[in-house]
This record gives sequence, C-alpha cells and structure tokens, in this order.
Amino acid sequence: MADDVLFEFLHMEMVSHVYKEQASREDIDKERVTCVSTLEGMGFRVGQGLIERFTKDCPTFKDDLDIMKFLCKDFWTGIFRKQVDNLRTNHQGTYVLQDNKFTLLTQVSSGKQHLEEAPKYLAYSCGLIRGALSNLGLESVVTAEVSLMPSCEYLL
Amino acid sequence: MSRQSNRSTDTKKMNSELFTLTYGALVTQLCKDYENDEEVNKQLEKMGYNIGVRLIEDFLARSSVGRCQDFRETADVIAKVAFKMYLGITPSVTNWSPAGDEFSLILESNPLVDFVELPDNHSTLIYSNLLCGVLRGALEMVQMAVDVRFAQDTLRGDNVTEIRMKFIKRIEENLPAGDE
Repeated sequence: MADDVLFEFLHMEMVSHVYKEQASREDIDKERVTCVSTLEGMGFRVGQGLIERFTKDCPTFKDDLDIMKFLCKDFWTGIFRKQVDNLRTNHQGTYVLQDNKFTLLTQVSSGKQHLEEAPKYLAYSCGLIRGALSNLGLESVVTAEVSLMPSCEYLL
Repeated sequence: MSRQSNRSTDTKKMNSELFTLTYGALVTQLCKDYENDEEVNKQLEKMGYNIGVRLIEDFLARSSVGRCQDFRETADVIAKVAFKMYLGITPSVTNWSPAGDEFSLILESNPLVDFVELPDNHSTLIYSNLLCGVLRGALEMVQMAVDVRFAQDTLRGDNVTEIRMKFIKRIEENLPAGDE
C-alpha cells in the first residue's frame, strides 16, 4: 500500500518536470497551454481507471446528483482523504465543488504571487475528475479556480 | 445505499492505486516525450532524486530514527522502516559484499508495477528507476553518496526485483573556503 505523501511528492515533481521540459523548448505561451493539457490528459486516463476499480461493486447510480454526491464523498475521500466541503448546483447541469483545504495546494505557500502558479497543480486533478465522470457516463468540462489558498473550486 | 465494506481499507487501496496509476501515466508520458529508453531511465532517476531529497525530511520527521552508525544499519533502516512506511513492503537485505559496502534489496513485490506490462519495444526501460533516484537523493541528504541500480526486475522476466546499493563515500559538509 503506497503511502499518501508519495503521491503528493510525485505530483509536485511531475508538474515541475512538465514545465521544465517545455521551457527548454521554443515558444513560452504556447507551451503553457500544452503543459496544462498534458497534465490534464494524464489525470483523465488515471481518473478513468480509478473510477472503474472503485465502483466495481457499487450499485448503479440513480441520476446525476447521485453521481456528484458519490464524487464528493467517496471518490474525493479516496484520493484526497477528505470530503468536498461544499457542493452547489444550478440544477441545469452545472456543479461547483469547493474544497477549502485542497491537499495538493497546502504544500504551496499562500500568497498572491503563487496564485498564478496554482492552476498547474490543479490541472491534473481536473483531468482526474473528468476521467472519472466520463467512465460513469457523463461528458463534462472541468475547470478549476483558486481564489484563496489553499481552497479551490471545481466547476463541472 | 449502505455499504458495510471496510471504507478505510478501500480508501487506502484507492490511494495506493492512485499512486501506481499516476506513476504509470508519468512513465507513458516520458516514453512519448523521449525517443529512447535510456533517456527515460535518466529522467526517472533525476525525478526520483528530486523527490528523495524532500522525502528524507518527511521520513526523519515521522520515523524518529536516529543517526545510523554504519552502512549495515542504514540498510536495515531503509528496508524495515522506510520501505514499510512508504510502500508497505519489507524487502530483505542480502548479498553483502565482503567489504561491507554493497548490498542488495530483494523485493518480492513491487507496488509500482501493479497492472504493468512492458511492451517488447521497451525492453531496456527500467520502469521503477524512480526508486533508485529516491534512494540516492535521500541518502545524499544524510551525507552518504551511493550508487543505486536495478540488478533484477520482475517486469523483465526475473523472479524478483533486486536493487543493488553501493556505498561510495561519506559526503563532507561543505564549509565555505576561508582563503583568499
């Protein structure tokens, strides 16, 4: 059983590696977008695999809201060891998940200048969520926002 | 929808699978970025090194293990405490060289390679090379320069996974030069 902290370290290293790689190649702006999508793509595949294994024995979900609740409680706990703090919806297909103490961000110090860097760390998790949802049958677009470290919001 | 199944072991399992799957995605990405396995091996080792230099602090904080007196003690701590704490496995320490500066860690199972198979065109890929880097980085932070490499790998057909560690030298604290 791998320890939780290993994932955090690996994730940080992955993020810095992807960015270092791209920085050594040509165009900066284009690369920023590619980095995020690389990380997001990795998260996507992992999310698909994870959700499959995790829901092997579960009964099927009744509706979207049920899926979201599962995501917020069990899936989030499984990965980040806590539940999502807040779930809001407009009942028309948009959900906002808020986590006030996001594990992957607690390592990054809070401060205005780091706010720009935060999206890098969130890209992978966006992919995770998108992958999980896609394997549960939901097409989605996931974006993340950070207003106050270390809390972050995910929009689906 | 009540589930009596042990929720806590489920989440621990999921976390470990998350790590394994993430590592797999990372190796896949590296194979795409670099043309040859040698490069990927080097990158994995480098990344492992960066993780190792930070992991050692976490380890020392959580394990309250004191300074090791010699290399043998180091080997025991690595196998019985560190591996157990981080990967949940306890490799055995064997094959000590006569000079006592080299030994092998034998892993019956390697959590990193769950669900993994190496395709034929990547036969020289050392999939778990991150581990070598981690060990090298961590030990460098406690003033030991070591050489770490895989001697056997279950992914490449061997029965067990064997990591060979060789003590090179003790790293002296670098004091700033005093002369002009």
